[in-house]
Amino acid sequence: MGRLLVPLGLGFAFLYLPILLMVVVSFNDSRMVTSLTGFSTRWYASLWSNAPLMEALFLSLRIAAVAATMATILGVLAGFALARFGRFRGRGGFAGMMAAPLVMPEVITGLSLLLLFVALEAAFGFPAGRGAGTVAIAHATFGAAYVAVVVQSRLSDMDLSLEEAAMDLGARPWRVFATITLPLIAPAVAAGWLLAFTLSLDDLVVASFVSGPGASTLPMVVFSAVRLGLTPELYALATVLIGAVGGALVLAFVVLRRRDRGASLP
Amino acid sequence: MTAATRRALVLALPVAWMLLFFAAPFAIVLAIAFAESVEGIPPFALALNPANFALLLEDPFYAEAVLRSLRVAAVSATLCLLIGYPMALAIARAPERWREPLLLAVILPFWASFLLRITAWIGLLQDDGWINGALIGLGLLSEPLKLLYTDLAMYVGITYCYLPFMVLPLYATLVKQDPALLEAAEDLGARPWRAFLTVTLPLSLPGVVAGFLLVFIPAVGEFVIPELLGGPGAQLIGRVLWTEFFQNRDWPLAAALAVVLLLAVVLPIALFQNRAAKP
Repeated sequence: MGRLLVPLGLGFAFLYLPILLMVVVSFNDSRMVTSLTGFSTRWYASLWSNAPLMEALFLSLRIAAVAATMATILGVLAGFALARFGRFRGRGGFAGMMAAPLVMPEVITGLSLLLLFVALEAAFGFPAGRGAGTVAIAHATFGAAYVAVVVQSRLSDMDLSLEEAAMDLGARPWRVFATITLPLIAPAVAAGWLLAFTLSLDDLVVASFVSGPGASTLPMVVFSAVRLGLTPELYALATVLIGAVGGALVLAFVVLRRRDRGASLP
Repeated sequence: MTAATRRALVLALPVAWMLLFFAAPFAIVLAIAFAESVEGIPPFALALNPANFALLLEDPFYAEAVLRSLRVAAVSATLCLLIGYPMALAIARAPERWREPLLLAVILPFWASFLLRITAWIGLLQDDGWINGALIGLGLLSEPLKLLYTDLAMYVGITYCYLPFMVLPLYATLVKQDPALLEAAEDLGARPWRAFLTVTLPLSLPGVVAGFLLVFIPAVGEFVIPELLGGPGAQLIGRVLWTEFFQNRDWPLAAALAVVLLLAVVLPIALFQNRAAKP
């Protein structure tokens, strides 16, 4: 263990130094991101009044919330079927279809969904044009794959005896699911939702393919801003997002740990 | 309600959704890959025309883009392995109560916008950036090094973004290893390095392969990081596909590129599963 501490420390430095740099520079007064001149919060004020960026942020948050919720419904159903239905006809194909988006290069997902939406519009007139709705559908599809994995692995690790006991006592399958299974897998469902939400918020490539005029998501706006030149405003945005996500994750971790410990007491 | 009906009800929604939004799009890509490119909206006419694939094979520009993408992905996955393996091993050997927080610390950056984390690297790597500033300040350099918009910057960016995908599967296999095996090796007189090479490493190979594929596969189609950090010259397949589709409006050629990219990704998985299935 001792001699492994050096590569571990270097690895964490590699992961965290760029993030630390963004946080520090976001509170720097200078217009340049490369020289420290003094403490200031002006980039946060300027971020707040940057209308295109804030609009894109709220659009992305809305898309992410819708996509993550759809992904969670799909992923819980799929994960439950894969973990509890044993072998059924077409299981291999279904499992492959659910897992494939996990490893699919983004350009392929984006291109194929765009071509689908174009074909659907030509054939049925729906979806009429592309925008936030088509982006949410695309994000729900790959988000569902992640939720299914998380839920399935949680269900496979779980003891069946509680569900069996409830059934022996005469509870109907739907009631067993709602009162026993769902509360037990709730942490996995929450983790899956959060994962799908983050993936949606973070996606640039698929959204660039399937979005339409007037629906520029946050990564799309950030990407074009970065190509025009780096500003401390972008680092302020990064600091806000990292703070929000990091805070939520650490909080969830602490709560779950405490709950697990509490549960293991006699 | 019978058990079969209940199961069908649970499966109906995800099956229908994935057939419509995952399987059907691929059928369409395949159909358009064999279509003819025409002027108009949409800019193709369905046909059974292998010309797009013939062009991809004949024009060295496309073959080079595919090969370069495969090479970039392989190098990035190797870099992730070299950095990630010692990290995963250290976490797996850490006291138990430290493992989860350390693992969380590896995953945490993955949850923060990757695009914004890439912009941090621009600030670090540019000519008047933090790395050049530090090297000049220490007197190690007199002129700034060109770091940004090079292959090196691209590799750093891809390795940085995909590192968690390598550490997680490695950790999962390493933490399951029985410590008694290492003790036995030590009792028999093996030095730590030898014990690592003959016991730990071979037993962790499934994790190595899984981590390698988890980095390699998405990296083959990686588009954003080379665009922001890499040089302007040599193009990767993701970028070529994008240009053909949006700038040249050659949908059939872009679809054919997607098919080729998919094959480049599927073949390594198929080979791996084939080998894993054998005893």
